[in-house]
Amino acid sequence: MRPILMKGHERPLTFLKYNREGDLLFSCAKDHNPTVWFADNGDRLGVYRGHNGAVWCCDVSRDSRRLITGSADQTVKLWDVQSGTQLYSFNFDSPARAVEFSVGDKLAVITTDPFMGQTSTIQVKRISRDPNEQVGDSILTIKGPQGRINRAVWGPLNKTIISAGEDSVIRLWDSETGQLLKESDKETGHQKTVASLVKSSDGSHFLTGSLDKSAKLWDSRTLTLIKTYVTERPVNACAISPLLDHVVIGGGQDASAVTRTDHRAGKFEAKFFHKILEEEIGGVKGHFGPINALAFNPDGRSFSSGGEDGYIRLHHFDSDYFTIKM
Amino acid sequence: MASIVSMADIEATAKGLGIDLSAVNLDSITLPPGEDFGIKSDDDEDLYHEEALEQEAGFGNVIVVDNLPVIPLEKFEKLEGVIRKIYGQIGTIREGGFWMPVNPETKKTLGYCFIEYNTSQDAKSAKENTNGYKLDKSHIFAVNLFDEIEKYMKIPDEWTPAEIKPYAPGENLHKWLTDEKARDQFVIRAGPFTEVFWNDPRQMMPELVYRRQYWTESFVQWSPLGTYLATVHRQGAAIWGGASTFNRLMRFAHPQVKLIDFSPGEKYIVTYSSHEPSNPREKHWVLLNFFDLRTGKLMRDFRGNADDFVSGSSTVTGVSWPVFRWGGGREDKFFARLGKNVISVYETETFTLIDKKSLKVENVADFTWSPTDPIIACFVPELGGGNQPARVSLIQVPSKEEMRQKNLFNVSDIQMYWQNNGEYLAVKVDRHTKTKKSTTTGFELFRIKERDIPIEVLELENKNDKIVAFAWEPKGHRFAIIHGDGPRPDISFYSMRTAQNAGRVSKLATLKSKQANALYWSPAGRFVLLAGLKGFNGQLEFYNVDELETMATGEHFMATYIEWDPTGRYCATSVTSVHEMENGFHIWSFNGKLLYRIPKDQFYQFLWRPRPPSLLSPEKEEEISKNLKKYSKKYEAEDQDVSLQLSEQDRKKRKMIQEEWDQWVAQWKKLHEEEQQLRLTLRDGEASDEEEEYEAKEVECEEVIDVTEEIVDSDEDQD
Repeated sequence: MRPILMKGHERPLTFLKYNREGDLLFSCAKDHNPTVWFADNGDRLGVYRGHNGAVWCCDVSRDSRRLITGSADQTVKLWDVQSGTQLYSFNFDSPARAVEFSVGDKLAVITTDPFMGQTSTIQVKRISRDPNEQVGDSILTIKGPQGRINRAVWGPLNKTIISAGEDSVIRLWDSETGQLLKESDKETGHQKTVASLVKSSDGSHFLTGSLDKSAKLWDSRTLTLIKTYVTERPVNACAISPLLDHVVIGGGQDASAVTRTDHRAGKFEAKFFHKILEEEIGGVKGHFGPINALAFNPDGRSFSSGGEDGYIRLHHFDSDYFTIKM
Repeated sequence: MASIVSMADIEATAKGLGIDLSAVNLDSITLPPGEDFGIKSDDDEDLYHEEALEQEAGFGNVIVVDNLPVIPLEKFEKLEGVIRKIYGQIGTIREGGFWMPVNPETKKTLGYCFIEYNTSQDAKSAKENTNGYKLDKSHIFAVNLFDEIEKYMKIPDEWTPAEIKPYAPGENLHKWLTDEKARDQFVIRAGPFTEVFWNDPRQMMPELVYRRQYWTESFVQWSPLGTYLATVHRQGAAIWGGASTFNRLMRFAHPQVKLIDFSPGEKYIVTYSSHEPSNPREKHWVLLNFFDLRTGKLMRDFRGNADDFVSGSSTVTGVSWPVFRWGGGREDKFFARLGKNVISVYETETFTLIDKKSLKVENVADFTWSPTDPIIACFVPELGGGNQPARVSLIQVPSKEEMRQKNLFNVSDIQMYWQNNGEYLAVKVDRHTKTKKSTTTGFELFRIKERDIPIEVLELENKNDKIVAFAWEPKGHRFAIIHGDGPRPDISFYSMRTAQNAGRVSKLATLKSKQANALYWSPAGRFVLLAGLKGFNGQLEFYNVDELETMATGEHFMATYIEWDPTGRYCATSVTSVHEMENGFHIWSFNGKLLYRIPKDQFYQFLWRPRPPSLLSPEKEEEISKNLKKYSKKYEAEDQDVSLQLSEQDRKKRKMIQEEWDQWVAQWKKLHEEEQQLRLTLRDGEASDEEEEYEAKEVECEEVIDVTEEIVDSDEDQD
């Protein structure tokens, strides 16, 4: 498996997202320019210029027309995927962290960081079909959790919002009323900051990666813990294979400690685990910094990883990957 | 004694009796003489009674000197003069404090006298210093404190046998050796826990024996034969052992104990503490206690200036432990310490110096004991700018005879390595050139067990190679050296005897450029683990020296510590908390197969439990190794059973997990289908899920970008 090295970002990667068809890969980095690539050969297709701060997260609509990006410049922007023009900009009082379109792409959930005395929030915006009719009002604002909320995603049928962040608790909110429905158990749940959260392709379960060196699989409806995958390194990113019963988790030691150690010490590996048996299958090395972002192609035949080193590595699986016996 | 009455009570009583207290003139009341109503007066003599005892009534400052010559009266004054001269030196004799009684009938002295000092300290030191004083051949003083005479009088004249306590059988402390699966134990410390495990390579995991939180305050240590586990606390050290679990067997009080050391035969334990001065006037002193391991009795203590105990080869930073080195094998007969120009050798029968004096070796810099015999090898460095050569000598104990000595020139440093059977001694000699700009290294090899102890000189092919590591094969005749500069040194193997060359050292092989800086021989010999620790990131190579081939290579990234199990079947590599990451240990088979890995955060210590030497005779051992096939059959069958059982268990477990998952997925799918319609509406009727079908159309677009017309010159085509 020879990875395709995609050099385009000048700063550490923060997020990767495939569109539904799996032909485009959107990448966010701490440089200000979200980028779109051909998911097959890694050619750079274009850059969305307009942000003035690190871009933390993005999502693409089901029809691959709209891109939403959340940035530390305190804005969330809507883009036209094809032309790269900015359609709308939501302004906030603090950096935006996570964004996601709902099922049907009519709503978007956005989280903002605690900033200058403001607490973190989860906000829901209505997304209009016609960008000219777009308004910036939030239809719901949830406050409560302490610290940064690193991810917020929609639950089944947009009825709930699942959030996770620095306080290491995973929460289930009612997306209509903003009521807190459920919290993950302190004992069995994560012990440190949850850095990433990713849903399975059907939305039935989701995987969280935490700095407590583990990743956990949860039921989206009941928030019950299903599986735990333990590694030796803080987990910054994780992804669920849509094809096989595999999950991949990546991470590495703190970026601030990287320069002091050997690249092998950092364990900057993307580790594959069997989703059901919780056993380690193997690892993909390559990055020379922690892995910050991971994404599976929706067809499950390739995946990409983005690192603190500023590179995206696109891996097309060899045929023997599909015949691994456990 | 009257009970205590409060003022309020008195007032109440007075009221009851109709007396106005304020009208009573208290001073006018007089008590009958001799009546005190049970209340002790402050000026009562009795209150000072106890103190008075100490001052006067005791005869603590009086000594009795016995065994004086019996003399007639005319010599009385002369003898008094002599005695006063002797005892006057120690302290001031009180006026009239000398009394030598005279037999009124014979008009001769009775052969003893009393001397009273001003203080009891003087009396004590007089007793200590003059007891056993030889006035002449037939008069050896017997000096005692007067107070003690009474004590001696109480000793019954007739001897009565001491009461013998009934024997209570203790636990079998060697129970662990009788494990049916012949496993070995190890102890680890991680976080607040100290845990003892069985190494169970069949199950590919360790099995817990005993776990305890805060078992020790600094470290743990096995005794050399594995019988006890020692823990170290602020108040002292403790040893633990037992048949099935770990019970405390003995405590050794030693406040602020820092280091401990067992004698090789587990008879004694040495504890060490160092007391830093709290202000500059005080001295930094150290205390070493020798305890009997089984009875807990303090056998001897050594107390002294820290500088005296860290002299010799040790570094500036601290004591080179152990201060006292045990010698003479497992009998625990001798221990020795390096001093200035001396080696102090003690024997354990009396815990005193052999022949009451230390072994004088001018300028001795270092010494080592033979691991099996009472032989000391000591090193004296070069003196007088090279006029007096450096010297290595072998000294027999307790006779203190020099068995062999070798003078060496241009020596800058020396290291001594004993082979663990005490058969060979290798001395690594670093020599400097005349200019002292570069050093070369050679070896002097002593054959201790042969007549006259022949010495052989071994020089490496490249004399300038640095020696990174040296190690003898345990119980064998081979040794390995890592030598060379730079990141990839060479490793050479030598033998002290080969088939062709019985009495000479010969090279077996050299491995070129290996990433190794440490050698770990299997305790059973034959195999050696070449390890690259620290800078080499934990490269491991398992090497068979019999066949001179590499069996396997591995890596335990960042490994800091390696130890073979006492049987040489398994090897443990660990990363301890000197690194922040990767803490934990790996267990390997002797041939380099990684058996299992256990990650542990805050991992401090890994120690295999040592085993006592085998009780089998060498003949029997040989017989077993000859018929190994026969014996191993049984174990192979067991192995097979276990692995079958394991795989069966594993299969079942996996099946269960898979079933559980499938069930969950099925349940989800049902819900998912129920909701399909709802999802469809959310998406405005667009096909909702992955089951939707869409066809891939290939559309070809042609776009004319640019059209240019060009006239092609046709002449060129005509050629």
